[in-house]
Amino acid sequence: MNKCLERLYNGIIKENPTFVLMLGMCPTLAVTTSATNGMGMGLTTTVVLVMANLFVSLLRNVIPDKVRMPAYIVIVASFVTMVQFLLEGFIPSLYSSLGIYIPLIVVNCIILGRAESYASKNGPILSAFDGLGMGLGFTIAITILGGFREFIGAGTLFDKDLGLIDLGYQPAAIFVLAPGAFFVLACLVAIQNKLKEGKPNKDKQACPTDGCAGCGNTLCAGRALAEKE
Amino acid sequence: MKEIIMIAITASLINNVVLSQFLGLCPFLGVSKKVGPAVGMGAAVFFVISISSVVTKVIYDFVLVTLHLEYLNTIVFILVIAALVQFVEMFLKKASPSLYESLGVYLPLITTNCAVLGVAIINVQEGYNLLESLVNGAFTAVGFTIAIVIMAGIRERIEFNDIPKPFKGMPIVLLTAGLMSIAFMGFSGL
Repeated sequence: MNKCLERLYNGIIKENPTFVLMLGMCPTLAVTTSATNGMGMGLTTTVVLVMANLFVSLLRNVIPDKVRMPAYIVIVASFVTMVQFLLEGFIPSLYSSLGIYIPLIVVNCIILGRAESYASKNGPILSAFDGLGMGLGFTIAITILGGFREFIGAGTLFDKDLGLIDLGYQPAAIFVLAPGAFFVLACLVAIQNKLKEGKPNKDKQACPTDGCAGCGNTLCAGRALAEKE
Repeated sequence: MKEIIMIAITASLINNVVLSQFLGLCPFLGVSKKVGPAVGMGAAVFFVISISSVVTKVIYDFVLVTLHLEYLNTIVFILVIAALVQFVEMFLKKASPSLYESLGVYLPLITTNCAVLGVAIINVQEGYNLLESLVNGAFTAVGFTIAIVIMAGIRERIEFNDIPKPFKGMPIVLLTAGLMSIAFMGFSGL
């Protein structure tokens, strides 16, 4: 039981996929226009992560090593398709506001990264908890980001009017638009750099394994390329 | 003809794939240190997206729709794209070693590039026909190339500037991307 709690702690705080590992940046930037959208995306990803981790772990002795990447992709894509239909049927408003980013969960690097680096080596229950921890960490992170952008850009939070506009607050609409996403993330990384100053550089450890190099830790992708050159 | 031109302008400038849709951010941030590699990456993305948007469209129309399996599109597209990238790599290695030399390193990075899958899905959602899909794919890639090359040009200059320490590296690049994104918003008046 302790190990399961440790996985949750690890995913939410120690190796938070957004704040610490910097994985899955595309959805992080794209859907955080409001706290509600961020949370919806986060929970959707969490469901896929838990199920994908569980099944990758259950099948880890069956899948031949050479074709493991395509096999993982098929597992993830199947769950994404299922989740997509569930959302379309039961929460159509979220489905339409997340739009194309739901099928794109397939290429979210957090999921393939966890399948490769954790679920393929550990038992099903621990893997499911690892997925849950990572998913919740991701959810919390992008809900905070979404809330921040929504608060500055529209003066609301979870679509609730906070009465700020009546007080004379002028929302900076740019924060809800595309450029705002870049600015918020830039400040976030800068704060993180500031906090990391003086501590030993653990960047190399955080790099995911090779299968993830394309759309994962951008720093790692660049580094891998630099090494090849 | 008019629609085709509209699609081209929308895909490359107005809805720029990186700066307004946030697809393919990872190579955009990872491979934009120097102009040379940035052009290479742009060319590789152009190559792969153009081919994959045609192939996925053909498979969708003639296999998935005929068999009433439209709901499998995500699974089929990602597998087709992964296989296609491998195939393009092998083909280039054999047919044009010089091109392979310059594009080769970027090809594996493209498999998990969300822009490729994104374009395939947009083509289906918007109901584009084969020609429109090709144009949409090719000009999305053109937009990507424009963005990454401009970014690389700016980054080469940023190198020598005096930036506050916490903002060195990724943060200043993201801020630059944000400013570029504001600039590209101007195209929405076209």
